[in-house]
Amino acid sequence: MSSEAAPERRFISGNEAVAWGVRLCRPQVIAAYPITPQTTAVEKLAEFIEKHELECEYVNVESEHSAMAAVMGAAMLGCRTFTASSSQGLLYMCEMLHYVSGSRFPIVMMNANRTVAAPWNIYGDHRDSMAMRDAGWIQLYVENVQEALDMMIQAYKMAEHPQVQTPVMVCLDGFVLTHTYEVISIPTQQEVDGWLPPYSPSENVLDLNAPKSLCISVSPEWQTEFRFQQQEAMEAAKAIIPIVDTEFAACFGRGHGGLIEEYRCDDAEYVLVAMGSVVGTSRLVVDQLRDEGLKVGLVKVRFFRPFPKQEFAALAARVKGVGVIDREVSFGYEGALYTEVKAALVSGAGNPVTINFVAGLSGRDITKENIATMYRKVIASAGGETEPEMQFAGLRWEPW
Amino acid sequence: MSKPTTVVFHYPTDKTEMPEGPYAIAGVLVETNAGWRSVRPIIADDKCVQCDKCWLICPDGAIDRIEKSYTVDYDFCKGCGLCACECPTKAIRMIGEGEAE
Repeated sequence: MSSEAAPERRFISGNEAVAWGVRLCRPQVIAAYPITPQTTAVEKLAEFIEKHELECEYVNVESEHSAMAAVMGAAMLGCRTFTASSSQGLLYMCEMLHYVSGSRFPIVMMNANRTVAAPWNIYGDHRDSMAMRDAGWIQLYVENVQEALDMMIQAYKMAEHPQVQTPVMVCLDGFVLTHTYEVISIPTQQEVDGWLPPYSPSENVLDLNAPKSLCISVSPEWQTEFRFQQQEAMEAAKAIIPIVDTEFAACFGRGHGGLIEEYRCDDAEYVLVAMGSVVGTSRLVVDQLRDEGLKVGLVKVRFFRPFPKQEFAALAARVKGVGVIDREVSFGYEGALYTEVKAALVSGAGNPVTINFVAGLSGRDITKENIATMYRKVIASAGGETEPEMQFAGLRWEPW
Repeated sequence: MSKPTTVVFHYPTDKTEMPEGPYAIAGVLVETNAGWRSVRPIIADDKCVQCDKCWLICPDGAIDRIEKSYTVDYDFCKGCGLCACECPTKAIRMIGEGEAE
């Protein structure tokens, strides 16, 4: 490791911020296969290793499936590991995602959110990671480049927590975050070393002096008990996630919230729910509509798994209308985030109207005007006007 | 050669005794394992020349050698027949499980 302290402020892309965040966590093994728009993140890590700024084994593999298999093997030996993928690559990795979570290895990965073919397209939406919803990974979505860097560091802390021991997928919107440059603050190596101790598992790791079988086959008599553990770990993570962020904020001077972040929701009657980069644009629209006197707010979903059920149950009692922006569709039903939000709202008191806005598919911009229209539709619907429950925002042949 | 032996495995009785994840101590047998055997080796002592080949080749370590006498551990013998195949004096023959006793 270079003795040179990291500079405080740098103008870098989301992918470079991911690489910096990972570098500061001192992973021992990285295996990855390049795919747009993830490539520059793993390229940067390879460069750090080549320059001996990061002492780590970089394994070139022939596929995403092998990438995850390689880091799982390293995790079995007690190594801290990293991999990253996107879109078709993430789907190819799918089988190993389940292997890792079921085997309880705290691997951290980055996913550069990109749509899935067909129609083939390299641009961003949430279709890839949403398809991995039930892979047993903690899934979080960041809003900007600083949060991307910070959450890489927090991700290891959460994943390796003894009560969690669950892998974490940090999702960045393809291009809008991965390739957009921001001036961000990079912690020093000393700061991160002080906050994140080396990974040192005592169990679930191969040991020559006490041989174990890892990732064992489990018969029907015991499978349920191991699945129960995975659910308990996710439930435990709900409490641990905000604690980790609070500790991070105390050490590094900035935090990002818990499972959700509310923006101007205290007295809000109408809220939009969103994930990822569109949250940034939505904040501006909230400010604009507040200036017009409308009681609007915004809920940023930071964690999709574990899902913030209690937070939405509490919200249900306070608001008259909820709109949910989905950057994918579960064909034959509705947007996946909408389904979750609606179910969580029902578990609370109150009965707000809900509308699902499908927007930002395959990299199409979600404009401020689109978002303002969404708010106006939620307000109209709460006021008794008829609005379709599910709408594709800005279809070319329909005025918005 | 280490003969296979079973150990008493303590199964978890509540969730605090569960390993956190599907791992377990390696290299132990918790029960005998010969249920799928359809044929078994019989050693004819008068033909045996004590060459150790059967004892060395058994994949399950199910042939036990005491001094210069060999016995088959039928709790672990799978009936693969490698011992009979390798025996230079044809002192081992395989008989159907139905014929045995």
